Amino acid sequence: MLAKRIIPCLDVKDGQTVKGTNFVNLRQAGDPVELGRIYSEQGADELVFLDITASHEGRKTFGEMVRRVAAELTIPFTVGGGISELRDVERMLNAGADKVSINSAALHRPDLINEIVRNFGSQVCVVAIDARLDARGWTCYLNGGRIATQRGLFEWAREANDRGAGEILFTSMNHDGVKTGFANEALAQLASELSIPVIASGGAGAKEHFRDAFTLGHADAALAASVFHFGEIKIEELKQYLAQEGISVRRQ
Amino acid sequence: MKVAVVKYNAGNIYSVVRALQRMGVEPVLTDDARTLQQADRVLFPGQGEASTAMQYLRERGLDNVIRQLTQPVLGICIGQQLMCSHSEEGDTDCLGIFDVPVVRFQPLRHEDKVPHMGWNQLEKLASPLFEGIGEGAYVYFVHSYYVPVCPEAIATTNYAQTFSSALHKDNFYATQFHPEKSGSVGEKILQNFLKL
Repeated sequence: MLAKRIIPCLDVKDGQTVKGTNFVNLRQAGDPVELGRIYSEQGADELVFLDITASHEGRKTFGEMVRRVAAELTIPFTVGGGISELRDVERMLNAGADKVSINSAALHRPDLINEIVRNFGSQVCVVAIDARLDARGWTCYLNGGRIATQRGLFEWAREANDRGAGEILFTSMNHDGVKTGFANEALAQLASELSIPVIASGGAGAKEHFRDAFTLGHADAALAASVFHFGEIKIEELKQYLAQEGISVRRQ
Repeated sequence: MKVAVVKYNAGNIYSVVRALQRMGVEPVLTDDARTLQQADRVLFPGQGEASTAMQYLRERGLDNVIRQLTQPVLGICIGQQLMCSHSEEGDTDCLGIFDVPVVRFQPLRHEDKVPHMGWNQLEKLASPLFEGIGEGAYVYFVHSYYVPVCPEAIATTNYAQTFSSALHKDNFYATQFHPEKSGSVGEKILQNFLKL
């Protein structure tokens, strides 16, 4: 059976992970490659590396990190952050990334999705959507959630699907960082409306939240950052729990 | 041991090179007929679209070169599909090493998305390629087309229906999944291939 995927997300700034970790045995605490390797050994199914640096120098460092991850890790990984044109995608894929995630750039210029799909195939194109539920319904946001758009979550996700995106990575801004669970109703609606896999993001605080994202939200994968980085949830224990709950997960 | 990786216009062939390097093997990435013929092992990986890949191979005469190789050859993903008789993708005549067509997933249930993407299980393992690998082991798949169950299958996987996730005939081996992205299980499969 196809397994539900568990995906740790690492924010990288100037080549170093920014969120703290309590991994004690790291040679270099902030090294994203080493952190990625530990997650991989613990049973992570994929990894996401987000470049949150603004400077040109930092971006170059990120490219070098991607090259090292590709050389050392044996599981697929996605890179995102600041990818706005085909040339950026090509650079990341040449450095060894398996997939790229695009967000604001796709909202600004949806044709970018078609271009990536045409040049590199659907499987490399992850469309990330940050959305907030307010009086208007679920609304998409730009630039890491700073700028509201006129686009609704569901119609934008459908458009991305129709343009050939391989996956949708949906982050609920209402749930992100609150640790009370994923946006399961919105996830379930995405799952029923789309023909491509949906990755749930935002809200993980306990093992039960992952179970609910899969059973109630019908998500294909669940992404989280701080609960993994701070060791609040260990991936092996999470997978053991999910298996007990009858959810298909990859055990090593 | 000389290991060659077929260089052509498919994406993601470098991940196989990196996987071999992690195992201490330095492969040569080549489209040169003689280098491929003289290698001890040949890998034919890739992700991409069948008709453009086949056209590229034909224009360079690589179709005949691959067909006539006599050492162990391992096709991966689109490499496997190109080794079959025909692909529904772009209505493409392929290399015909395996006498079986490649068809598109047509899932009956909405929850079976296409592409089939992620970790899924190997069943009915029947080859030294899988020595030391247990039934139900998970490997990483990304594909929209598949090879139906056939006599040449040495592993099957269930998604939407049961399909052939690995093939073997004579010196030719092929996997629909990506051993180079399948953690320790995938590494073991690549090691087994080098030992065949």
